Order: sequence, then structure tokens, then C-alpha cells
Amino acid sequence: MPILNKPIIFDRNNFGNGFEKGIKGRPIDIVLEIRESGLKGRGGAGFPTGTKWMLAATAVSPKKYVICNADEGEPGTFKDRLLLTEYTDELLQGMILCGYAIGAKEGYIYLRGEYEYMLSHINGVINKFHEEGKLGKGIFGKNFDFDISVRLGSGAYVCGEESALIESLEGHRGEPRNRPPYPVNTGYMGYPTVVNNVETLVSVPIIINKGAEWFRNIGTEKSRGTKLLSISGDVERPGIYEVPFGTKIIDMLEMVRAKDTKAVQIGGASGICIPEEELHRNLSFEDVPTGGSIIVFNKSRDMLKILKNFMEFFTEESCGQCTPCRVGNKKLLDGVNMIEQGKCSVKYLRELIDLGRTMQVSSKCGLGQSSPNPFITIMTHFGDEILAEHY
Amino acid sequence: MLASEVSALNEEIQELVQTLGNGRQALMPILQHIQRKHGYISAHAQQEVARLLKIHPVEVDGVVTFYAFFRKGRRAKYNIRLCQTISCDLMNKDGIAKTFERELGIKFGEVTKDEKYSLEFISCLGMCDQGPAMLINNEVYTNLTPRKVVDILNSLK
Ligand SMILES: Cc1cc2nc3c(=O)[nH]c(=O)nc-3n(C[C@H](O)[C@H](O)[C@H](O)COP(=O)(O)O)c2cc1C
Ligand code: SF4
Repeated sequence: MPILNKPIIFDRNNFGNGFEKGIKGRPIDIVLEIRESGLKGRGGAGFPTGTKWMLAATAVSPKKYVICNADEGEPGTFKDRLLLTEYTDELLQGMILCGYAIGAKEGYIYLRGEYEYMLSHINGVINKFHEEGKLGKGIFGKNFDFDISVRLGSGAYVCGEESALIESLEGHRGEPRNRPPYPVNTGYMGYPTVVNNVETLVSVPIIINKGAEWFRNIGTEKSRGTKLLSISGDVERPGIYEVPFGTKIIDMLEMVRAKDTKAVQIGGASGICIPEEELHRNLSFEDVPTGGSIIVFNKSRDMLKILKNFMEFFTEESCGQCTPCRVGNKKLLDGVNMIEQGKCSVKYLRELIDLGRTMQVSSKCGLGQSSPNPFITIMTHFGDEILAEHY
Repeated sequence: MLASEVSALNEEIQELVQTLGNGRQALMPILQHIQRKHGYISAHAQQEVARLLKIHPVEVDGVVTFYAFFRKGRRAKYNIRLCQTISCDLMNKDGIAKTFERELGIKFGEVTKDEKYSLEFISCLGMCDQGPAMLINNEVYTNLTPRKVVDILNSLK
């Protein structure tokens, strides 16, 4: 399935020969161009890609690695599915350009187990690249060797977190590491490693082709470029869309013909719930950031049932390594069940919201830090409605 | 297990180690192969993998139990995994779940007596725009309706 509206950055006319141009030039020029473009990571955290690559490029090490994070596990996200199947060439090009830029010889695509059916397609494109001299030894006649292999996940949401992903690649349980050190410093097998989202990497050959200046002119000051959105829920036309950063939520809803919208969950289960009164807010790192998951709820929906679904997800997916997340998510889920049975006092609900705030600051990784987001935002905006309906 | 099965499994694991490597980073791909081929990873398979990778069996068990897709016990011929995440839930996942339970006479989390079908829930499959969605073994099914579920079950033999 294609991008449903008119693509902007991901328009095929923009691809050109960015890949060749990049490899024929100097590695540092790629890093500088990406830094200049203002590209930020599309996997959720939004770290500036150029800065990450500069850190990896300047690290002195006998080995370095490039990892494409294709774990796409955030509930409601499916845009990488499109890129992995229909922009596979550009994804590999982005990884090779990264390898050339930072001085790595090997790259891995960590593909979620649920996407195993894509494996033969991706491996086919990798083989084609080998035949065309774009992978392997002496790429484009340069003194540059690079190879890519695909590794599968096995059904663990937390493995999308980059340090857990690396643990998994190394053959361990996918338990997040303490940060720092960050992967750019101590990554796969202890070597400097760049981990980037699929969408981030696909953007790279396009930016090299069209230039940083062109890219900077799209989006907002702190959020350059566009975002691919995976839109599902109560809308007439669910699917994948590309919008410039800064797009108002209400305009996005009109684009997908959402009717009677009550609330929009932005950023998936770990994102925030935006009520009707706040639909004028916009999608950007400055206002409402998102890895691309947009789930729309209409007025017939029971917000408590939605919250329960999210909390069941987190209790299931917490790796259990640290207490705030392991115990906290369980308590929040118990709280939701108490509300459902009419047994939760307003006082206890306030305590639970405070617990959520504690989890945000004291959990070890992004899973526990963001898992209270839906609880806090849904209870803040819909708490009265929910308590009135459950007594 | 029969002695002949044991030696076939040992041989298979040795071959896997030869092609995928005997470093710790080969553990996941090796387990994934065994899981794919047999539908589960037996205690014996775990021990053999541990021996060849020179790691403690407890380490292998720790990995097998961590990942949702690895099984320690035999699995039904058709492992039906219905997405329970919110977008599929909004699109009547409950109705689909009920249809499966009615048609197979078991609940989610159970296996039919003839070990032909098992019902499980799974987290987001990335098919949220085409929900409700499910996996049967490794195959994806989307836009499910109760009617479609009955047809699919009839087509599985
Ligand atoms: C629980 C959790 C799950 C994550 N899942 C993903 C994922 O599926 N894909 C992804 O690209 N990043 C995911 N991330 C973010 C990664 O840790 C990391 O920031 C990202 O891969 C970096 O790439 P980027 O800078 O290109 O976004 C996740 C983070 C957390 C805490
Ligand atoms: S926050 Fe949750 S997922 Fe992250 S390390 Fe702690 S227990 Fe594991």
C-alpha cells in the first residue's frame, strides 16, 4: 500500500543519484550535509542524526557498526512496513552511506519477528546490491567495503529500545542497558554503533541528492522535514500519510476524514492522548512529538477501555528489570480495574497519577518512562467522565 | 523422544552451528531456526545448543523464556494469534475472538484436544490500518470478519 496523500520528501522524483554522489565524495561531507539538514531521528526520541553520526565518525575504533532499527513495535505504527517493502533500495543506500560516513564495514537490519514474511524480499534486494557492486568489496571502485545482513526479533516490544536491541543481537535477553554509555560509544560487541530508525535512513540518500537547504525549508525550525504517519482507528481512510512537521492535528483529521472525534492518541501506547479542545496543536518536536502512530477515537468510545488496553500492553511488555516500571505498570492496571468496578476513590486516583509521574523520572528506560503517559493524559482529560460512568 | 529423533535433532543443531557460527551472537538465529522448523524448542534442544555454544543451559533458557515467539512445549499444528492491540480492538477484535472460541470450542490460551489449533493473543502486528489482524503460524490475515474466520478455518486442513 502506497503513501495515501501526495508524498513530499518520499516522492520518487527526489531520489536521483544521492547514493552515488555520497559515496563518490568524502565521508565527512555526508556527515556535514546530514547535520546541516537538521534531520532528527524518526524512531521517537528525535536525537539529531548528524550529531550522532559525527560522534561515531570521530570515534577511534577498529570496528564500527550501523544498525537499522526495524522493530516497529509501537502500537499503531506501521509506516516502516511500507518503507521496508517499497523503499528497500533507499533504505540499503542510507545504511551504506552511514557506513561510509562513519567508517563502518558492517550493518544489520533488526527486523521484528512479526515481519518475517518480508525477509526474502529484503534479502533479494541485498543480493541485487551485491551483484551491482553496491555492497561487498570496493564499492563504486572506492577503498570501501560494506555488508548488510538481516536479523530477526522474536516478539518483544522492548527490543525496539536501542540498547535492548543490541543485547538481543548479541544473543541475550532484550533488557535495556544503563545509559550512558550510549551505543555511539559502546554499542554492538562493545564497538561504536549508530542505531537509526528505518525512516531516518531512507531520508539520507534523498537529502544527499536534494541538499540540506532544500530539506531545511520543509517543516518547522526545530523539526525539519516531514513525518510519515500511520493513522488508524475511527477514520474513513486509515493508512500511511506524509505531512510536514508543524501540521495541525485538526487538519490531519480532515485529511483522513475523521468524524465525531473525541480524542487522538499520538505516539502510540507510550504517547499522549489529545482531547477535542487541543486539536489545534501541531505535530512537531516543539509541540506534540510522535514516532508516527496516530490512533483516532470517536465519541462512541469508552476511554477507560482504551486505557485498559494500553496498560495491559505495558504490564505484558515491561522487561521487569527495574521496580518503577515492573510494579508501577501493574499498579496502574489494577487502578484501571478498580475504576471499572467503581472502587477507586478520587484520592487514590490522584495517588496513581503521582505514581505515574514518579515512573516517568525513575524508570531505567524509555518504556517505563513513557508508559504512564496515556494514564496521566486520559485521566487528566477524561477522569471526570470516567468516574461519572463507573460507580 | 526416540533415540533416532535425538540424533537427528543433534545433527540438525550441529549443522546450524556450522552455518550460523558458535559465538553467542548466533544464539537467536539458531533458536529461531529450531522454533520455525519444530514449532518449539525442547529441553534437549536447549541443552545441545548450550553445549555447542559453550554457554550455561540456564542462559539459553533465560533467552527462550524472554521472547514471546519462543516456545518450550509442543505447539498445535495451527497456532492462531489474534492481535489484541488497540486499533484492532476498535475494529471488533472481541467479535473475532468470540467466533474463534465458538468454532473451536476452546478459550484463548488453550489448545484443541487433537492439537490442531491453539488460540493466543499477540501484541501489535503493524496491520492497524487493516484490522482486525492475526497470524496463523507465520502468515498474516487482515480485515477479519466473523464470516471470514469461518471460511479460513474451513480452508485449514
Ligand atoms: C520501549 C521502546 C521501544 C522503541 N521502539 C523503537 C522502534 O520500534 N523503532 C525505532 O526506530 N525506535 C524505537 N525506539 C527508539 C530507539 O531506542 C532509538 O531511539 C532509535 O532507534 C534511534 O533511531 P533514530 O534516531 O533514527 O530515531 C524505542 C524506544 C523505546 C524506549
Ligand atoms: S523501564 Fe521497564 S522495560 Fe525499561 S528497563 Fe525498566 S523494567 Fe525494563
